[in-house]
Amino acid sequence: MRKIQLSLLIVLVVSGIAKAQSLAGGQLHGSYEIDAQTYKPDSIIGAPKVPEKMDMNTYAQMDYTNGKISAGLRYEAYDNAIQGYDPRYNGSGIAYRYLRFADSTIDVTIGNFYEQFGSGLILRSYWQYQLGVDNSFDGARLKYTLYKGIYIKGLIGHQRYFWGEGSGIVRGIDGEMNLNELIPGWDSVKTKIIVGGSFVSKYQTVSNPLYNMPANVGASAGRITINRGGFNLYSEYAYKINDPSVINSYIYKPGQAFLFRTGYSTKGFSISGSAESIDNMDFKSDPTATQNSLDINYLPTLPRDETYQLAQIYPYATQPTGEMGVDGEIRYTLPKASLLGGKYGTELDLEYSSIKALDTTTVNDLSTTRQEYSVNYFSFGKQVYFNNVTFELKHKFSTKFRMILQYDYLTYNKAIVQAEIGAPVVFGNIGVFDGYYRISGSNTLHFEAQELYTMQDQGSWMFGLLEMNFGSNWFLGALDEYNYGNTVVAQQVHYYTLTGGYTHNALRIQLGYGKTRAGILCVGGVCREVPASDGFTLSITNSF
Amino acid sequence: MRLYNILFIFIFCCLSCSLSAQGIIGSKIPSVQIKKMDGTPFNTSKFTNNGKPVVIDFWATWCVPCVMELGAIADKYEYWKKETGVKIFIVAVDTVHNTTTVSSFVKNKGWQYEVYLDQDQDLQKAMQVMDTPCTFVVDGTGKIVWMHNSYMEGDEDKVFEELKKITSHK
Repeated sequence: MRKIQLSLLIVLVVSGIAKAQSLAGGQLHGSYEIDAQTYKPDSIIGAPKVPEKMDMNTYAQMDYTNGKISAGLRYEAYDNAIQGYDPRYNGSGIAYRYLRFADSTIDVTIGNFYEQFGSGLILRSYWQYQLGVDNSFDGARLKYTLYKGIYIKGLIGHQRYFWGEGSGIVRGIDGEMNLNELIPGWDSVKTKIIVGGSFVSKYQTVSNPLYNMPANVGASAGRITINRGGFNLYSEYAYKINDPSVINSYIYKPGQAFLFRTGYSTKGFSISGSAESIDNMDFKSDPTATQNSLDINYLPTLPRDETYQLAQIYPYATQPTGEMGVDGEIRYTLPKASLLGGKYGTELDLEYSSIKALDTTTVNDLSTTRQEYSVNYFSFGKQVYFNNVTFELKHKFSTKFRMILQYDYLTYNKAIVQAEIGAPVVFGNIGVFDGYYRISGSNTLHFEAQELYTMQDQGSWMFGLLEMNFGSNWFLGALDEYNYGNTVVAQQVHYYTLTGGYTHNALRIQLGYGKTRAGILCVGGVCREVPASDGFTLSITNSF
Repeated sequence: MRLYNILFIFIFCCLSCSLSAQGIIGSKIPSVQIKKMDGTPFNTSKFTNNGKPVVIDFWATWCVPCVMELGAIADKYEYWKKETGVKIFIVAVDTVHNTTTVSSFVKNKGWQYEVYLDQDQDLQKAMQVMDTPCTFVVDGTGKIVWMHNSYMEGDEDKVFEELKKITSHK
């Protein structure tokens, strides 16, 4: 507890200093977040006994900029890490520090940094605090404008591994050409084309008594972006040489990933389509690493990130070992002042996503778990991982009242997506009503009613939310998630939560009390487990 | 001991309130490299408007309150421009693979904002943006004078009030 108090005091003192001054002609800015949760056991919802009774995650980031030079650090404390975060985060210290020089042609960073090549198929390092993901590099990075329209990036470093670093060294280079900037006279051409390519290699000597592990593993990718008026296209292909690891059961098959997105849009109408094929593309800087640690790359997911509570019960997590998916979406706005559009117009959105297994043929015998296989690319396998049809309607009735209606029909292979052996395939119908009523000024009542109807897994759910905003600063809310369809009567539980909070400029303080159901939290196809809990939560975020 | 801990956190919260974000306010718009919708680089020091105010709004296609806020402002943008001369820049924080989505989304909405992409999160870090939507009002000299996180119905009127303050002081 003393450590927590010390970290809070450091944050306070530093923010007090930063508020008051610009140092030596430069600017000092920062941000911090504190999340605390108390626990009491609840055998019905499966909330375990947590010996320390309270956990807290904290960070404070400080950045100093003076002209072309910037430097910063981030202090983190997990005493202990909130349940659901990897307990290997327990502890505190400086998790991120850097020194950077940047002008219009050259940008050099020494220390920690985040980077992404293309859409991340072979390299993306990022920090997602809510997921507990931080695969920052510690090393050096150079960005250089070689010529007008030609941009290169190069990096080398080790990756963060909780409070240490992975032993693998990652090296990468990325080049991008903007043809409209590069070719004389093309700056006024309506068609805009950007092409790019990258190469990433990791080096690590791994001793394994059973397998001959490659010390160097390389991956390369190429991409193209085309825009012309309302038309757009993005495509990327990536290839990785054999990379036996825990995740792929130590097979020596190369990996491939293909991503394609295209669309056309004009005012009031848009249509888009995407396709994705992923085969054996888990890429970590240590072949023995599991879960989200030491990821070098990121595999984007096609389905939308659901924002409504019951739709989040069954989120999709990208399957790096193999999947094939398509997604299509049409948006149309019924014009203002029309019969159905009303005074403000009505927005309609229809989206379909389907993700299945790859179409593979096993080439080994069935006496081993190390299954090599051949793949028929661009063909769906038989096993459904995820299907979802979403229809959304948004309508503003007046300056005081607006609503969103959403309907989803989903098929969710829980055994695959959440790696839960024996879990069923869930077929669910989800309905959402989301309304906002502006009482006066910024005093607004927000209310939601949701229903998830399913006969599988934990059965059906109902959800209700009432939230009142008093001006722009204060809010109070109450929600209840009721598992009324659970076949086990004792588990037909109300997961209620009461929250209240205050916001002012960048400061947000929120206090809550209630029960949280067990599940997974996903952002962009990357997920972490959320265990059941019962207790108080406190969250403070601020920047200065 | 438990009472002591709770008391400590309470005091911390109170002090935090008193230190609410003034740091970024009064600063100039940072000079950071981001991208235009066509992929060409753009330096944020060029977020200018001939001595008139500017609004910079961080948003994402998947962020419901962001879209509500930008939709509400879009309905009033012509009036705001007439009254204050404001120009609005919106910065999408969507990841690279969603770039095509941003372009389609904005065209579909018919928004008249200038749209930019902060794919490397450099501008978010420089302006200490922790969540979306995050709205900054910048005066004609490039100085940040007001900021606000999150959105509820009617919050756009506060942006307009700040813009009116700037223009009435001139």
